[in-house]
Amino acid sequence: MSFAEVFIQAIPRLLNGLIVTFYMTAFAAIFGLLFGTLLCVWRVYANKVVSFLSATFIELIRGTPMLVQLFILYYGLPVYGIRFSPLVAALIGFTMNSAAYQAEYIRGAIQSIGSGQMRAALSIGMSKWQAVRLIILPQALRRVIPAWTNEFIYLLKYTSMAYIIGAPEMMAQAKFIASRNFEFFKVYLITALIYLTVVWISSFFFAWLERKLRIPGTVVGER
Amino acid sequence: MNQEPVLMVVDLRKKYGTTEILKGVSLELKKGETKVIIGPSGTGKSTLLLCINRLVEPDSGKVFLEGEEITSKNAHRMRQKIGFVFQDFNLFNHLTALDNVRIGLIKVQKLPKDEATQIALEQLRKVGLADKVHLYPSQLSGGQKQRVAIARALAMRPKLILFDEPTSALDPELIGEVLSVMIDLAKSGMTMLVVTHELGFARSVADEIVFMENGVIVEQGPPSEIFTNPKVERTRQFLRRLTELYGEERR
Amino acid sequence: MILIVESLPILLKGTLVTIQLTLAGLALGLVIAIPVSFFQVYGARVPRLVCSIYEKTFRSIPLLVLLMLIFYGLAEVGVRLDPFVACVLGLGLRSSAYQSQIFRGAILSVGKGQTVAALSIGMTRFQTFRYIVFPQALRFSIAPWTNELTVVLKDSSMAYALGVVELLRQGSYIIARTYEPMVIFLLCAAIYLALTLFANRILAFVEKKLRIAGFETREVVH
Repeated sequence: MSFAEVFIQAIPRLLNGLIVTFYMTAFAAIFGLLFGTLLCVWRVYANKVVSFLSATFIELIRGTPMLVQLFILYYGLPVYGIRFSPLVAALIGFTMNSAAYQAEYIRGAIQSIGSGQMRAALSIGMSKWQAVRLIILPQALRRVIPAWTNEFIYLLKYTSMAYIIGAPEMMAQAKFIASRNFEFFKVYLITALIYLTVVWISSFFFAWLERKLRIPGTVVGER
Repeated sequence: MNQEPVLMVVDLRKKYGTTEILKGVSLELKKGETKVIIGPSGTGKSTLLLCINRLVEPDSGKVFLEGEEITSKNAHRMRQKIGFVFQDFNLFNHLTALDNVRIGLIKVQKLPKDEATQIALEQLRKVGLADKVHLYPSQLSGGQKQRVAIARALAMRPKLILFDEPTSALDPELIGEVLSVMIDLAKSGMTMLVVTHELGFARSVADEIVFMENGVIVEQGPPSEIFTNPKVERTRQFLRRLTELYGEERR
Repeated sequence: MILIVESLPILLKGTLVTIQLTLAGLALGLVIAIPVSFFQVYGARVPRLVCSIYEKTFRSIPLLVLLMLIFYGLAEVGVRLDPFVACVLGLGLRSSAYQSQIFRGAILSVGKGQTVAALSIGMTRFQTFRYIVFPQALRFSIAPWTNELTVVLKDSSMAYALGVVELLRQGSYIIARTYEPMVIFLLCAAIYLALTLFANRILAFVEKKLRIAGFETREVVH
């Protein structure tokens, strides 16, 4: 088969897979931000026990491969009767993983803010939690935007791992097509080109967005 | 004439590691009084202020505001009654000047938004920044930032205001505008405890000067005494050095 | 549990493969990254552009896709690669893109003033690089490179998809026999964690050895 033929045959399915890829990415990036903020606040501002637990969780997730985490969720949990579909396991796994990394980016942002803000908030009578909610977090979350967009692009690429546990995203579709027309190389090349295009477009989009929002440029984190 | 002092500090002590920063400091402030603390850098003056509103925990000693002791448990409630102006301003960077002054009224004192806005605008007008209320801290000069910080402290209607070297981080031309706000404040009857190097300010407005060194109060008395006839030799030395360095007139 | 004790030797065999994959991948990445970063900083327009495209490309494709491309792509040309080698190639190419950025950033972090001063005492450009820029850039690189090491270590688990018998796959073989996925996978995770901590410890030691007192400042690179 010629490249053009393979292309025409593969594209519809691949784009379908891209939708799932994109969905997993956005889901994990956004819920990872929410959960990550929570984890971070617990680690930095809560009492010793909670702080220790969240720090441990973060370090465990960051110190082990994402694939192992996916395997534990998909193959391990059924031992206890908890069965997830591949897609759900992937969503949970990517979200938890992203939350751990984002918690660290936010922690970096909080540290870059400096202790004066907290002192000023306390000095007008705010409680610690009021200060965190009204003064620290609004500033920290604004500073973490570049790291968040990096995380988004990272997830775009790494959601391809979900194919190993059978989630129906783009890699899985590629394998499906290739195992039928045996044009493995051409199909994967097209897949690679799609990833390239999507990543490039996302990068430009986020760069444009950051310029629009005029964020003070402290890049906090990158995988 | 009010009998009870607004602020009573009894034997405060604080160590950082093995270094003792405050070695038993006691003082009193009556209503309407302005006391100025002077002394060499690093001798615990800032730490003293931070211990009063418990932003830093003292190792021992007590602080009383209008007779009620400030403890770590009631600190955040008591801080509503004590204003604090920092050397580095510490304005909330993500909020406009108006919001900086308003946020304490709305979120801490739970006032309705309209009332809070009115009070905030009034305070900003008093410090001369009525036309800058919608600007962000990054758009203000150092002197303007500090005036917003003072407005923020004033808006909470505190019983007393603590000033921690309020002009030390400012360029010389900007010091004047902040000092004149502080002078007006003192004249209007606010109870103030000010740590500063600005001797001109101290001389014109202080009811009492407190000279601190090495974590203890060396001497205290009215400006007329301290400046012209200090009793302790160390005080004399310090004042002489300071007037050599900074000069008396600064405006 | 007895299972843990029995599985450990098998898993350690897999761990050895994982370590080999990681080190080989990093080494390949290093070898490619050094010239790439050099050309990006000091090269003329064309080499700079080529290197830019190179590193942007390999940072935009998922590792998994890259592995498939290498394995199947070369098969098409008639070269049947051992999966292990294909993985090392994939890990290496990907890592080279990231490492080149680390080195580029480190070189740029060494203040221009350093270069100017070196030239002003008569050093050639090469000497300037060798004696002034490189030693400083090296120290700036250690922290991010440590991070890259842990990334490659964790990414090596994707060799699973090509059938390489590294740590994760050994684990799955044990599970196929004993039906204890949770225990085994947690054990695998623990081993990865241990490897990560160990690697961090060693590189922290290296960083300490190379540290110069007061040498904390670097220019902010955008």
